[in-house]
Amino acid sequence: MTLPRSARGALWAGALALALVPLSGDRFWVQFAGKVMITCLFAVSLDLLVGYAGLVSLAHSAFFGLSAYLLVGLTNQLGLVNPLATLPLCIAFAALAALFIGWLSLRATGVYFVMVTLAFAQMLYYLFSESPALGGSDGLYLLERPRLVFLGRTLVDLAKGTAAYAAIWIVLVLSFLFLRRVVRAPFGRVLTAIRINEPRMRTLGYGTYRYKLAAFVLGGALAGLAGYLDATLYGFANPAQFGWRQSGLVLVTVLLGGKGTLYGPALGAVLLSVLEHFAERATEHWNAVVGAAVIAVVLFLPRGVAGLLESGRG
Amino acid sequence: MSLSLFALQLLNGVEYGLLLFLVASGLTLIFGVLGVLNFAHGSFYMLGAYLAYWIGERTGSLAVAIAVGIPLFFAAGWVVERLAVSRLYGRDHLSQLLLTYGLVLLFNELQRALFGNEVHGVATPRLLAFRLPLGELQSWPAYRAFTCLSCLAIAAALRQMLLRTRFGMRVRAGAVNPEMVEALGVDVRRLLSVLFSAGTALAALAGILAAPLTTVYPGMGEGVLIVSFVVVVIGGIGSVKGAFFGALLVGLSDTLGKVLIPGIASAMVYAVMAAVLLWRPRGLFGQPAEAR
Repeated sequence: MTLPRSARGALWAGALALALVPLSGDRFWVQFAGKVMITCLFAVSLDLLVGYAGLVSLAHSAFFGLSAYLLVGLTNQLGLVNPLATLPLCIAFAALAALFIGWLSLRATGVYFVMVTLAFAQMLYYLFSESPALGGSDGLYLLERPRLVFLGRTLVDLAKGTAAYAAIWIVLVLSFLFLRRVVRAPFGRVLTAIRINEPRMRTLGYGTYRYKLAAFVLGGALAGLAGYLDATLYGFANPAQFGWRQSGLVLVTVLLGGKGTLYGPALGAVLLSVLEHFAERATEHWNAVVGAAVIAVVLFLPRGVAGLLESGRG
Repeated sequence: MSLSLFALQLLNGVEYGLLLFLVASGLTLIFGVLGVLNFAHGSFYMLGAYLAYWIGERTGSLAVAIAVGIPLFFAAGWVVERLAVSRLYGRDHLSQLLLTYGLVLLFNELQRALFGNEVHGVATPRLLAFRLPLGELQSWPAYRAFTCLSCLAIAAALRQMLLRTRFGMRVRAGAVNPEMVEALGVDVRRLLSVLFSAGTALAALAGILAAPLTTVYPGMGEGVLIVSFVVVVIGGIGSVKGAFFGALLVGLSDTLGKVLIPGIASAMVYAVMAAVLLWRPRGLFGQPAEAR
């Protein structure tokens, strides 16, 4: 399962190249790459659940959306613009929601677990899209982007494209390194073992429910981080962020890239975004192109795109 | 609310539930026996509705659409099962989910290429274009009654087939232990093909029957698919009986929810599912963990 050195080098080179996109000065591509990186973070955080703990959650977009909505609420209602205040609050809120939803959902297993998480995501979707106080189906605009002010001087203003881009890049790299640390730690090993044989882990004396819940909360918190960045980049929160479609799409991204590898889902996010972008320009029926690509990956690359890199060394 | 209005909503809920049953029964059997999470199931519902529209435009007849649609979609299901789905038996659920997701994208584009993006209406068959009186003030469209009866007839036929025939016996055995059925010398491959195709035809039939009741629009399959998954899970995976009662429960809670608590009606179905699963983690009629 280890990556050949050349492939690893290429991936890091790609990550560094992403940092240089703002130098091109093209606003479209900066925005595009920013969105791709947020999707990367979102997909990688889901990989912790799907690829390591074996928890296929369709509630993942709920934490993304809740965090985005909270940021809008804190900024618009309370006038909080300091990211040192809003970021911890939003992440804590997402983690708390994950704790509650996970606490209930983890009583079910397998497909039933998938469906309970779907139920929570859908209930939240309808709650937000049908109540006018929460913006209804249009969502809410973020009146002011987060900015860090110290002694009257603005240190970081995330309304600026480059500052937001740099923040997203740094957060993505740090989150990736953090998750890699987590899955290599004993905690991650236990999660993998639970995925492979949960009864055995229970027999060995591990409280598997607690481990799964911890993974669910950690993944939810990181999804909240992605939601925070998304609201910062685009300046609005939308109920569509909650829907099963969003969760389904990120799940497809994880599987396409190769679950249980962390870098695979990130790669999947990049490839899917780029493929969509160019197929959209090339043909009116671009969905068919994406669909065919997805089917080809399933049939010929059982371990996703990541499997392609690993097979270099067997 | 007057009693007759309540009865009317009750009837609409039952009718919606019965249509859901046609979709969910195929879904639950494909899931229970083939072990495949078939996301493309809703696409066949949508394509069935579009077929009803297309044939309706040309012949003005829904009966023709039904007569053409059932064999056509049975064949389509066979092709999809042989070419794509059968390659993934034994792989994990997630690969199947990914594959059928790719199929959904392809079918959506097929629908766009063939029929365009417009929203269409389909006329009620002239023979059934009258209303049944219900109390003094209300009346119920005869076509809805016809739909109910058709679905009930299909449900009864399905039940007889599953409980009384050799094929049904094998299907039920396959839902519990496919390896054992194969070891006993049954051609499981054929069984799975037939089952997948039959499920596909049922989903398309539901789409054809639903076409005059709703509008025909792109993406109409996705909503039905998700609600059908809810039905399958409430009833217990692999249980047709469960799908039947689950579908009625979902149909009634959706329709009555819209009348009684309009604000959060759409979330009602999911709240019901969450409640059922927290109470019985394997659905109403699901197999206990040891038997699967």
